[in-house]
Amino acid sequence: MAAKDELGRRGEDTAAEYLQREHGMVVLSRNWRCRAGELDIVATDRDRRLVVVCEVKTRSGTRFGEPAEAVTAYKVRRIRGLAREWMAAHRLPWAEVRFDVVAVLMPPRGPATLVHYPAAF
Amino acid sequence: MGPPARVWSVALHGVDGVPVEIETVVGGGIPGVHLVGLPDASLQEAKDRVRSAVVHSGRAWPNQRIVLALSPATLRKTGSRFDVALACGVLAATGAIPADRLRGTALLGELALDGRLRPVRGVLPCLLAAREAGMVRAVVPRAVLAEAALVDGLDARGADRLTDVLEWAAGERELDRAGPPDTAGHGPAVPELSDVLGQDDARRALEIAAAGGHHLLMVGPPGTGKTMLAQRIVGLLPELDRSEALQLAAIRSVAGRLGDSAPLSVLAPFVAPHHSASIAALLGGGSGVARPGAVSLAHRGVLFLDECPHWPATALDSLRTPLEEGEVRLSRADGTVRYPARFQLVLAANPCPCAPPVDRDCRCRPDVRRRYLARLSGPLLDRVDLRVQMSPVTVLAAADERGEDTATVRARVLAARAAAVERWSADGWRCNAEVPGTVLRSRFLLPPAVLAALQARLDAGELSARGADRAMRVAWTLADLAGAARPGPADVDAALYFRDRGAA
Repeated sequence: MAAKDELGRRGEDTAAEYLQREHGMVVLSRNWRCRAGELDIVATDRDRRLVVVCEVKTRSGTRFGEPAEAVTAYKVRRIRGLAREWMAAHRLPWAEVRFDVVAVLMPPRGPATLVHYPAAF
Repeated sequence: MGPPARVWSVALHGVDGVPVEIETVVGGGIPGVHLVGLPDASLQEAKDRVRSAVVHSGRAWPNQRIVLALSPATLRKTGSRFDVALACGVLAATGAIPADRLRGTALLGELALDGRLRPVRGVLPCLLAAREAGMVRAVVPRAVLAEAALVDGLDARGADRLTDVLEWAAGERELDRAGPPDTAGHGPAVPELSDVLGQDDARRALEIAAAGGHHLLMVGPPGTGKTMLAQRIVGLLPELDRSEALQLAAIRSVAGRLGDSAPLSVLAPFVAPHHSASIAALLGGGSGVARPGAVSLAHRGVLFLDECPHWPATALDSLRTPLEEGEVRLSRADGTVRYPARFQLVLAANPCPCAPPVDRDCRCRPDVRRRYLARLSGPLLDRVDLRVQMSPVTVLAAADERGEDTATVRARVLAARAAAVERWSADGWRCNAEVPGTVLRSRFLLPPAVLAALQARLDAGELSARGADRAMRVAWTLADLAGAARPGPADVDAALYFRDRGAA
């Protein structure tokens, strides 16, 4: 596994743990793939009312900008499409969907910091 | 999401400024900068400039969602002039700088990536609009501080770097005001009229043109001093008053042609475009909102068209409307703008394509010769009051036949203009050329005995009604120059002599 994939994996673990611990979410899918791409985390909120599609961005430093900045307009469009695919694949005809971004900063030394942007787009 | 921070800047629409309020909110979404309020591509690029400049000024850029709203939101905004205001808006919204000093301050300037302030065009009209809108201060790049200081009643400050502006906003330092205006000497020396050899007729015509604001056509072989004479008319014209000089400075500022050192020139402008200039260069043009052209840069001064038969007929005829109306209206995608364009037209032409020093040596066929000057359309020539034939130069040494110098002629011109102003001031006209024909034919109608020559020409069909009006205006100017209360028959004769179509 390449170093960046390893980093991404650890970031997603941290994010999933955070969402369950702090927000009481239940993770429905991790790294759900289809032809169009991959969704990092799909979860439901505390009240089991919303489908929360969560994009996790992990970086080891801010030299190339903040992690959350890397969620571009193109990525937003793709995630929206993937969310539809996910709902179709899980025979979920209608549900309220929310798109979150979790930015994880994991410096090589020192503790990881995590910023959660609920309803980011 | 914090409360919105407000800062002010000024957009430019034609030669008018439009105050723009910039609201900034920070927070509530993934990091990014969103600029709303009809920004164009060059303004969208401001995001990257502003961010880099803020970081290089040692301030933290908020890693949050930033929304910058430019109001009025329906006005299309363009250019880099809002950079400083956007930077201050973002930092005020995060609380990095207090907003107290930014209230009532117009911020103008482009930012370099390292935080230096770069000059923008159109500062003068922008700040005039800011003052009208009740703003009391302005912060501008130092390079345009002299221009900004022309606006009375507005406390204009100049800054070199964004850091200076931010520290000033925080009350940690003061920014420089402009020094006393540099009034010593009015720019470049005006060419001297006595340099021109001979040409008594043309000199006289030049003096009449300067005194009455009449348009002038000079026809003559090359090297007889047409261009020299035209350049010397500026020295004969009165200085611009403050409001005219400000208006001209505003036009120049919008065109990006205002000098840094002494922006307020009281010298009448002299604009001489080359005959390859397009209509857009003459009248003004450009995409989006049109920029001023040569006719506006020559406002209250002289537009000199050398070799006028070589100009495209469409370009010359496009001058007809501004000549009549004293302004141009230009419509482009983003709206119609008006630019003032009350200029005096001076045309110069050779008599024919071969143009030998002495006219009788001409080798052109008669039809070629006729067609050459026929390129000047009738309607345009009809608007030219004074036409003069240049005589071949026969003297070489300037010593024996030196003509009058600029100061002498200028004194007569100013006296004549003062007489005209006294007569017309109640109606608001400044020189004889501006007086409508109807007034000359009613309230100021001359006795039939004086107008006999004019009437004869009209009866013979040699003169249009407008031509007759124009001849009457020239006659009034001749009377003003002679110090007479009203023109006599001799003045009307002289006016008709200078209108003689034989010259063209």
